[in-house]
Amino acid sequence: MASIAHEEHRHAHGHHDVHHHEENFVSKYIFSQDHKMIGKQFLMTAVFMGIVAMMLSILFRIQLAWPGESSDFLSFFLGEKWAPNGVLKEDMYLGLVTIHGTIMVFFLLTGGLSGTFSNMLIPLQLGARDMASGFLNMLSYWFFFISSLLMLVSLFVESGPAMAGWTIYPPLSALPQAVSGSGTGMTLWLFSMAIFIASSLIGSLNYIVTVLNLRTKGMTMTRMPLTIWAFFVTAILGVLSFPVLLSAALLLIMDRLAGTSFYLSDIIVGGEMLANHGGSPILYQHLFWFLGHPEVYIVLLPALGLSSEIIATNSRKPIFGYKAMIGSILAIGFLSFIVWGHHMFVTGMNPFLGSVFVFTTLLIAIPSAVKVFNYLTTLWKGSLVLTPAMLFAIGLVSTFITGGVTGIILADSALDIAIHDTYFVVAHFHIVMGMSAVFGMFGGVYHWFPKMFGRMMNLRLGYAHFWITIVGAYGVFFPMHFVGIAGAPRRYYDYSVYGEFDKGSFDMIMDLNVVITIFAIVAAFGQILFLFNFFYSIFRGPKAPQNPWDSNTLEWTTPVEHVHGNWPGELPIVHRWPYDYSKPGSDVDFIPQTVPLAEGEEEH
Amino acid sequence: MENKLIILIVIILGAIAIAQLVRVYELSTKLRKSAEYEVNSRDNNLNARLMFLFMLLFFGSVIYLFVNYGWTGRGEAASIGGIETDWLLKLNLAIVTAVFFFTNFLLFYFTYKYVKKPGVAAFYYPHNNKLEMIWTVVPAVVLAVIIVLGLKTWNNLTGPSESDAIKVELFSKQFDWTARYAGKDNVLGKFDYKLTTDNNELGLVTTNTIDSSIRIMLESSTGIRSIQKLLNNRDTVLSDSTINVLKTDLSRKERLVRLLSQMKQNHNKKLDATAWDDIIQKDTLYLCKDKEYEFNFRAKDVIHSAYFLHFRAQINTVPGMTTRMKFTPIYTTEEIRKRRNDPNFQYVLMCNKICGGAHYKMKMIVVVKDKASYKKWMTLRQKETFKDKYFPAPVAPVIPVAQVVTNTPMN
Repeated sequence: MASIAHEEHRHAHGHHDVHHHEENFVSKYIFSQDHKMIGKQFLMTAVFMGIVAMMLSILFRIQLAWPGESSDFLSFFLGEKWAPNGVLKEDMYLGLVTIHGTIMVFFLLTGGLSGTFSNMLIPLQLGARDMASGFLNMLSYWFFFISSLLMLVSLFVESGPAMAGWTIYPPLSALPQAVSGSGTGMTLWLFSMAIFIASSLIGSLNYIVTVLNLRTKGMTMTRMPLTIWAFFVTAILGVLSFPVLLSAALLLIMDRLAGTSFYLSDIIVGGEMLANHGGSPILYQHLFWFLGHPEVYIVLLPALGLSSEIIATNSRKPIFGYKAMIGSILAIGFLSFIVWGHHMFVTGMNPFLGSVFVFTTLLIAIPSAVKVFNYLTTLWKGSLVLTPAMLFAIGLVSTFITGGVTGIILADSALDIAIHDTYFVVAHFHIVMGMSAVFGMFGGVYHWFPKMFGRMMNLRLGYAHFWITIVGAYGVFFPMHFVGIAGAPRRYYDYSVYGEFDKGSFDMIMDLNVVITIFAIVAAFGQILFLFNFFYSIFRGPKAPQNPWDSNTLEWTTPVEHVHGNWPGELPIVHRWPYDYSKPGSDVDFIPQTVPLAEGEEEH
Repeated sequence: MENKLIILIVIILGAIAIAQLVRVYELSTKLRKSAEYEVNSRDNNLNARLMFLFMLLFFGSVIYLFVNYGWTGRGEAASIGGIETDWLLKLNLAIVTAVFFFTNFLLFYFTYKYVKKPGVAAFYYPHNNKLEMIWTVVPAVVLAVIIVLGLKTWNNLTGPSESDAIKVELFSKQFDWTARYAGKDNVLGKFDYKLTTDNNELGLVTTNTIDSSIRIMLESSTGIRSIQKLLNNRDTVLSDSTINVLKTDLSRKERLVRLLSQMKQNHNKKLDATAWDDIIQKDTLYLCKDKEYEFNFRAKDVIHSAYFLHFRAQINTVPGMTTRMKFTPIYTTEEIRKRRNDPNFQYVLMCNKICGGAHYKMKMIVVVKDKASYKKWMTLRQKETFKDKYFPAPVAPVIPVAQVVTNTPMN
């Protein structure tokens, strides 16, 4: 069946070419159904959202480093309402933290990473004319756009944006009496996320269908590049877990607007005794983390997929242990569904249940370790070409290790008791999820920029960007481990409260907070290099050759100028896996997937 | 205002400067005519060396941080369980730090060593099952050790407390903590949030507190009767929205008062004594050295988290449910001050779950006393029980609810 549909598909597009598909501005750039354009739209929106979220973090980092001191920067951005005399308000601090987290996790790292590269690469690397449904793909982007807009609007409502942390635990998020942001701001947050989830679901379903049905002739599942495997498993995780978040959000919307008691019980707030009885705030946490933990891998797997491709290409070596890599991706994907309880060890959950989650969580370390050692062995005896993309991919492996090992401590429930919700956690997930995914995304942009825009990015600016970013980001997040071991809770507005009971901790935390903020500001300035390089190169970068990195995968067989349907003539036919780099017996150090096996040549 | 202007001018000038630099750069690349994006061996070698240099700096800073800050803020654990936790934490930290150094070293070293060299081809090495096996099994074995040790400690920390453990309740609300000692009988009196009044902040259940709550619900200035009077008064004109607010308020209060009267009917008077001798303690929590404590936690409004960082104990406090935790302090405040060499050090109970604007201020100082002075303090406090302090005289009985609440249950 699939192959018949496929033939018809090809035929239909052959037809298009005869007629010269003319497109006007709106159908080409705005309501485009072409996966390449949609990928770029996701990227642009996510980059914009990323800049906003980064600015928010600088605003609250200033408060943390110099609490209570007047800052022109704060009053410039927040005005008298939220930063009277240049001093950040307590409520707005929580608002900034919440929106920073939400945008980074969902809009930059989910929408931006999976949205951009799944759209861009799935059809190109599989040899398909487009996504299975171009229309749904377009809807997916526009839902994403609307939800981004709503999230940004929520920053400007009078009672402030959502302030309950990015996990929006009720009752805090359900009761406007408890914090001002739980009014209109939280309503907008919830609606924005509901639309975001719809976008993500439509996108994911499309990716899955495309991977299963639209592979070109010869592209068996075990000849797919690891990028596609990562996007494929990511999409499955999204389809299975995002609906649970939607239900969590809907129940919360009901509690807020319809007077139900799903999450509320026996509460007195603002002097008012609520009649709600029988709900459980812990229910929300179970629902949230049932998405929340797979979400970590929704963010991380695409980055790992991209880096596998970048590292293999630029090491001029096959990725080591291709099948083990696929197995690890599948194992991580499966395990990610049965570990959510490790976010809830100290909620009063039954200790035995806690033990089960300790076990399943620590199991994830095994496929993760396999991936790391496979990367290392791929680099070993390679012939490394250190492009900016390669540097970011190597940086990703480093942050994946550094952030990953601290996960072992947090997954151990006995240890989690003492460091739960401290800066140790903040350090852990910013390194393993934030830095790794952002590095994967930067690597992806540098590597596939020629494919996206037909031009090359500037090399020197890329190098400078990488070095400032890795030094800056490690400088921000590594010291946080020590703030956390000292027991400093996260989401505190002002750590000078330590002065009242522990001078030693006070001195240490205040010192390190200044160091962290300075690194954050430096790293933020470093991103200007990227933005400049990115936008400048789109318009004025040197024209790209067809296959700038001497890569094997199919996307580099398409013409530099984008055409509707990706390949002007027949679809390419695949004869081998994508990792035949430096294969003995070949004159060149790469053999594209479209080259038939030579006589007597064995597939890997 | 001037500052904003200056910032804007700086941004504009900066943009102009960049544009000029770009023009110069574009002209210079035209002169060079080389493919600007190709990585030449100079770039390659420079970045490979930078990678190695970065590793050295990175490792150096990590060691510096460990030496200077590793245990500075944390200090010594001050409870029996805490000592076990810290031993395990140090072991785990040692394992993961070793892995961190080893794998990061390999990563940066390989990048440095195997950077492209003219004439040296990459080694085609697609897979090796034996190697894959090694790095599946070795981590699995190490993790098994970590899991077994971790669960052993976890069971010790979360297991049941001794039968003679001192029972204390900690009640959390935005933005402070209140403690309730179980009194002479070491049994905490029952509670119900509907009984919360100014005189009974923790909502303890006794015959008197139920009566008092019903009375307030019916007769206070915002009580059911006043609302009914206001709604039935034909002389005052109320806006529709006010009427709606009042009606909602009324139906909520009527529902609550019905529940209170049910509670009154089912209440067992014998249980009053367990609540009357409880002792409510604000501002500072006093504990006794070497005594095991079993804490019950409650939350009034939103989720908070009770974080005793020096005792390495933590648990969330959740509205609508009771959570539990235990620990045994082993150093008095005086002793820990000497051990930490900080004459002003205090133990503290912090809130560690985002709970609103003043979250960061929500804390309670904890003082651990030796047995003699704890006993002295406790004897004094036992003269100010819940009954003595808040309900010295019995409350007059109330009129049956049925006579007041006339309309049908809320829709």
